[in-house]
Amino acid sequence: MIPICRLTPRHAVQQWLTRLLLLCLCSLPLHTSAQEAPEATPAQPIFDELVRQLPSGNLRQRATTVEQLASQQDERLADILAALIAGDLLANKDKPPVVAIRNGDTLTDALNGSDLTGTSGLRRIPVNNSLRTQLRGMVAQLNLSHPDSDKRYAAVQRFIRDGVDGETATLLRQHQPSEESGRVNDAIDAALALFDLQTGDRDQRMAAIDTLSGSLEQEARNALRSVAENDEDATLRAAAAKAIESIQGRISFYRFIENVFFGLSLGSILLLAAIGLAITFGVMGVINMAHGELIMIGAYTTWGIQVLFPDLIEWSLLIAIPAAFLITALVGIAIERGVIRFLYGRPLETLLATFGLSLVLQQAVRTLFSPLNRSVTSPEWISGTLSINPVLSITYTRLYILLFGLAVFFALMLVMKRTSLGLKVRAVSQNRAMARAVGVRSNWIDALTFGLGSGIAGVAGVALSQITNVGPNLGQAYIIDSFMVVVFGGVGNLWGTLVSAMSLGLINNFLEPWAGAMLAKVLVLIMLILFIQKKPKGLFPQKGRAAAD
Amino acid sequence: MLTQRLLLSDRGGMLVLGLVLLTTIIVPILNLAVPSDSPLYISNYTVALLGKFLCFALLALSVDLIWGYAGILSLGHGAFFSLGGYAMGMYLMRQIGDRGVYGHPELMDFMVVLNWDKLPWYWQGFDMFWFAMLMVLLVPGLLAMVFGWLAFRSRVTGVYFAIITQALTYALMLAFFRNEMGFGGNNGLNDFKEILGFDLAAKTTRVGLFVASSIALILGYMACRYIVTSRMGRVIIAIRDAESRTRFSGYQVESYKLWLFVFSAMLAAVAGALYVPQVGIINPGEFSPLNSIEMVVWVATGGRGTLFGAIVGAFSVNYAKTFFTTFSPETWLFILGGLFVLVTLLLPKGIVGLFDRFSRKGDKQ
Repeated sequence: MIPICRLTPRHAVQQWLTRLLLLCLCSLPLHTSAQEAPEATPAQPIFDELVRQLPSGNLRQRATTVEQLASQQDERLADILAALIAGDLLANKDKPPVVAIRNGDTLTDALNGSDLTGTSGLRRIPVNNSLRTQLRGMVAQLNLSHPDSDKRYAAVQRFIRDGVDGETATLLRQHQPSEESGRVNDAIDAALALFDLQTGDRDQRMAAIDTLSGSLEQEARNALRSVAENDEDATLRAAAAKAIESIQGRISFYRFIENVFFGLSLGSILLLAAIGLAITFGVMGVINMAHGELIMIGAYTTWGIQVLFPDLIEWSLLIAIPAAFLITALVGIAIERGVIRFLYGRPLETLLATFGLSLVLQQAVRTLFSPLNRSVTSPEWISGTLSINPVLSITYTRLYILLFGLAVFFALMLVMKRTSLGLKVRAVSQNRAMARAVGVRSNWIDALTFGLGSGIAGVAGVALSQITNVGPNLGQAYIIDSFMVVVFGGVGNLWGTLVSAMSLGLINNFLEPWAGAMLAKVLVLIMLILFIQKKPKGLFPQKGRAAAD
Repeated sequence: MLTQRLLLSDRGGMLVLGLVLLTTIIVPILNLAVPSDSPLYISNYTVALLGKFLCFALLALSVDLIWGYAGILSLGHGAFFSLGGYAMGMYLMRQIGDRGVYGHPELMDFMVVLNWDKLPWYWQGFDMFWFAMLMVLLVPGLLAMVFGWLAFRSRVTGVYFAIITQALTYALMLAFFRNEMGFGGNNGLNDFKEILGFDLAAKTTRVGLFVASSIALILGYMACRYIVTSRMGRVIIAIRDAESRTRFSGYQVESYKLWLFVFSAMLAAVAGALYVPQVGIINPGEFSPLNSIEMVVWVATGGRGTLFGAIVGAFSVNYAKTFFTTFSPETWLFILGGLFVLVTLLLPKGIVGLFDRFSRKGDKQ
């Protein structure tokens, strides 16, 4: 085999690249993908030229071309090299040749990204093992020097997953001094420790075990376990076992945190679904079985906003919140004026009538928008995961919904306790006759209160549109849960609703691992049924005169 | 004396029962004895449909008994209906024997799919008809007793009771959807072959089941009528109208309510047990809270608080449902929903109340 790959030129390239990278980092502190595309480097024609040279000549020439390519700072490089390694880089015999990247069944032009699917005459650009090794190093290098710290982190993670060999270790050691992100640095430490654990002397291995005991990577655990079980050195074995134990402790701690977070997240969803009901059912005493459908209308509003303003997807949720509030509040006021006001004091009849309304609303949506689920796009800023460490990661959607649920709750508290509307609502619900006597227009307040509760249901719908399917049946899924939350918390008590939503979420989430999702739900329902038998007025029953009805 | 109490003083009931009796006699004759090309012929489809309606009428009767007379609104009566149906379904499944798709002599097809090696303990005994029928009554009855005892004892009433019964049927639905429960999961129990040795596909068996449903409805009506006209019935009506006052007068309100609730649950279970062989399937969808609420609407539409009103309501709403779902399925939910609203707003006494209003002038009562 011809030794086409020598270390010296590669190192020169590496140093050059690192320098360039540092330059980039300084000049582009706010680096986003949107800004990258139009940024045409003057090197581009050379880059295109080099890529077109790739198919021609023999392997040695190809290696040289690759070396030259590496010195080009270009967005497309990583993809092209990755395709070359995988044998997915194709070219035809034209002058200049068309270079294409194969991805499954589709073909795209490597240079301008246009679709080439179906083009014939494309052949694979051949590579051999030594070229492949060279390419792998370059791809890793490219990723390691990527300006985005998430990409760098992912690159180191990949090293850890694929196993760290001598070459990678050298690469990582070289890179580490210039690394700024603490997270990436920790990952590099773990990767190097993994390497030392295999190859180092006793002291190095001891130190590696020490480093790895702080790492939560799966691979770190596996390596430690194999040391703890198979190593000849008893001290090393003991140290490894101890390290595993400390890791396990930390893992179960993070798992617990994760469970709590998911429980609270589920709780916040329940809270959002139930909080409007806490007003209409809790404060007014109206059994509104159409509450779920008001949530559904809120979710459809989000979809409608996205259809109406396709250019404003990023803003759609922020527009949808007030829009959904207004629309559902108006629907709610119409329901109150049209049906419910004739049925005050007849709760069972209210229940049936509003249930009828819920059927009508569902069918109306089904007829207007088809029975199929509508797809609501998540804006960029709400998607993605916040990974705190390899064991604990949190999706932004859930985090935002949790915060949003709490925000809605406290806003509602503020309205009820600090505004004149809130005062009148409480007055009417506590003693209607007296409130009327001092000049509160109780009919008007009834309509407004119902509108407020309905509007909040609509706002909840906006949030729920991000995590569930938006379809005509969306509301049905939440109605029973919502009632349970309000009854469990104590009718007429907003704080009770918060506590009960969160605790139901937590209980459900902690039951799930050993009972399964379905059974957990059943168990929670049974528990609630039994609880209501024991304390029919909920966790925090109303006391005093307001309770006497 | 008893005839006077049960029948003669109940003109509406007599009329409705008379109609039911007439159908029971005419339909089998027109189905079995008349050639199928005759205009008088009643198709098998209609027989099955009417049989289904009879079961629904019995179910509506059970809802009306507690809602109309004791003021207990149960939004979970579908649970008792379905449990009765499942008990019957289990008997029918055991009758399949080794004629299932996998031909296992003892296990049901879905158990073979789940790789179970023996019949779960709760499937034991269901190969015997008498045992299955006992379970049709006992299982829902026991559930109603435990549930009712807990609820009535802690004075859970009105809306709260409605909501927790809804939660009960919802919980049961989720539970029965699980394959591990051993009730066929999502698909439920189906593909029945025969009942008591009679082929379920045969015309005569279908007519037999129709007649059985009809007899069950008549007997159920009589029993309900007996209860509501008895001393116990008067106390129950008193509880509906003034619960606290009845309690202070020294009546054990909880036990009256409990026994009535258990009886009503058993009645619903019988309806379920008769329903399943006629439709040939029972699945967890029957537990859905929507079904239970629909039953309440039958009663509300027919006329709450009159036993025959429940029968009228069950027949008319279900006839409308069959008509609209075949004619234009889109509109059915609009109509059902509209019915809820209109009946509660405009017709608090239902269809029966409407007739009463028209006939009041000529009536001395």
